[in-house]
Amino acid sequence: MASAADGAPQPEAGIAREPEADIAIEVEGLRKQFGTHVVVDDLTMRVRRRQIYGFLGPNGSGKTTTIRMLCGLLTPDAGRGTCLGYDIRTEARRIRAKVGYMTQKFSLYADLSVRENLEFVARLYGVPRPEAAAAAAIARLGLEGRGKQLAGELSGGWKQRLALGACILPQPELLLLDEPTAGVDPQARREFWSEIHTLAAEGLTVLVSTHYMDEAERCHEIAYIAYGHLLAQGPVADVIAASGLTTVTVEAMGAGDSGPAMAALARELEARPGIDMVAPFGTRLHISGRGPQALDAALAPFRARPGLVFRADAPTLEDVFIDLMSRSKDNMT
Amino acid sequence: MSAGGFLSGGLFSGGFLRRVGAMVTKEFIQLQRDRVTFATMIMIPLLQLVLFGYAINTTPRNLPTAVLAHENTDATRAIVAALRNTDFFQFTRLATSEQEAEHLIRAGDVLFLVEIPAGFERALRRGEAPALLVAADATDPVASANALGALEGTVRTALRRERFVDAAGTAPFSITQHRRYNPAGTSQLNIVPGLLGTILTMTMLIFTALSVTREVERGTMESLLSMPINPVEIMLGKILPYVLVGIMQGVLILGAGMVLFAVPVEGSLTLLTIVTLLFITANLSVGYTFSTLAQNQLQAVQMSFMFFLPNILLSGFMFPFAGMPVWAQWISQCLPLTHYLRMVRGILLKGAGFTDLAPDIAALAALMLIAMAIAVARFRQTLD
Repeated sequence: MASAADGAPQPEAGIAREPEADIAIEVEGLRKQFGTHVVVDDLTMRVRRRQIYGFLGPNGSGKTTTIRMLCGLLTPDAGRGTCLGYDIRTEARRIRAKVGYMTQKFSLYADLSVRENLEFVARLYGVPRPEAAAAAAIARLGLEGRGKQLAGELSGGWKQRLALGACILPQPELLLLDEPTAGVDPQARREFWSEIHTLAAEGLTVLVSTHYMDEAERCHEIAYIAYGHLLAQGPVADVIAASGLTTVTVEAMGAGDSGPAMAALARELEARPGIDMVAPFGTRLHISGRGPQALDAALAPFRARPGLVFRADAPTLEDVFIDLMSRSKDNMT
Repeated sequence: MSAGGFLSGGLFSGGFLRRVGAMVTKEFIQLQRDRVTFATMIMIPLLQLVLFGYAINTTPRNLPTAVLAHENTDATRAIVAALRNTDFFQFTRLATSEQEAEHLIRAGDVLFLVEIPAGFERALRRGEAPALLVAADATDPVASANALGALEGTVRTALRRERFVDAAGTAPFSITQHRRYNPAGTSQLNIVPGLLGTILTMTMLIFTALSVTREVERGTMESLLSMPINPVEIMLGKILPYVLVGIMQGVLILGAGMVLFAVPVEGSLTLLTIVTLLFITANLSVGYTFSTLAQNQLQAVQMSFMFFLPNILLSGFMFPFAGMPVWAQWISQCLPLTHYLRMVRGILLKGAGFTDLAPDIAALAALMLIAMAIAVARFRQTLD
């Protein structure tokens, strides 16, 4: 894929447009800076069709900027790529016709009703019989009876459903969802994710950015981006396995308030070489290290302490990401 | 890039009309939801009309004057020299025919026409007190009333200096005045057509000046840009609904002007409608251009007012165009209102026709196209 990028662009574009091509997004060396601040640097990624691709990273890591470059809203300063087989630099117009982009902030018209918003979208995309299409979308969203309500008056969860409904109404091939579930309650989040899985099963490709770890685990594949750099990419299990982290859990035994004791223990552990991360989970501590031997050695003196139970554990995605981020921060400074 | 695609793709291909239609529908619904804006659209014209219609008055200088001489004598030259030397008048040209003189005054090139009859000098020497015919464009009544008084003094002084007449003695000549278009010299006949243009300028400018910045501020622009619609379609979709609003306001102002101030419509209503449509669209385009330049709604409003002030002060609405220095006249030529005022006064009061107004129509169309071109070029199709 990378070799096709060099040299003649025409045959490359021709190949990418074959219907059997299984790649929805393929970008290479993307770079974007605002002023002197590099927001995305040398980003290379590939998303297969019909996948739910999780795009993870802390705030300000360049997720939104990347998504905007994918749908032609921002022009990359360097790099190349295709989205649905169209060049992201020169064929933004074609991309727009086939991509549904759900912005981070609610961006439908607050002073239009649910129905009017959907009809507007349907007309812009040239959906036949826009009124009927809007009515069908309302039914699919479970918004019957709210068609005349102004979009600005809907609750957070309903706004997000409406925004998703507007995105899928023109039947796009690719959905770009930018933190769609921020500020939405757990029930609505769960329904949202089951809807996304249904859409993927129907053949849609979904790229969704989030910083919720439980959502990351619902994706087929994930990419983790921090400070503009892509740090890890692949199915969740692979990303965890590739991290090389070893994790041990320690729990305080016996009744009583173990909080202060565990907090003191956490501080003690953090100071030890060989231990890279200590995270409290209730009465337990999650201890991770990059080298298994070094971690064992560091923990040895503590194992003898009374009232503590040590257990080997698997690192969570969160452990992996926090580790990736701290490593990347070390590299930057 | 987008403009090229627009041209090569053809105007009506690829759902151009459908997308413009979608924008227009959306804008109309939003307009109708905004009750306060809707109310001001009706109140601003009426309030301003009543307020300014009864309040405004002006004093002129350097009024453009032509001389139509039926004889070429020392007396003729003396009168022309006198007109050149006074700052009340500005001698523009010596007309050679009745038709030319008539066109000059109807097109608004001159406000005064001094006609020297054949045998004027001879009659003057014989003491027969011949008559000078002075035709005044009284559509600007303040200017013409003061100037008619000044004209007699100017000519008398000139003739006396050249010794055509004695220092003492009775009036050596008489002046026959002919107030054209507004015989009673009513101020409102000048003010109401002016207000039509001024009010339309203000409301049209503000409406579209806010349209793009509002979408940017509310965050809806990002979504709109990610959909398959191009800058030309967005611009037309945002301008067209307000053309209708502008026509509605125009009817309101003109109707009130006819009822309250008995403003006549001497010329063609069709021509007036066409000219007004052009003027409304020109102002909407300027406002839309500001909207693409401004970062936020406040900046857009400020830009609109910066444009609005010279429109009021330099267009000939407040002060006679003819009385301004040349550099100011050049600025005012770049303002849509200047051209519209000439045309609307011409049509309503003088019965001017298309040929009289052709230069102003062309200027207005050019201003509109320039504004639209800047708007489309400046429209940020990406968020870069």
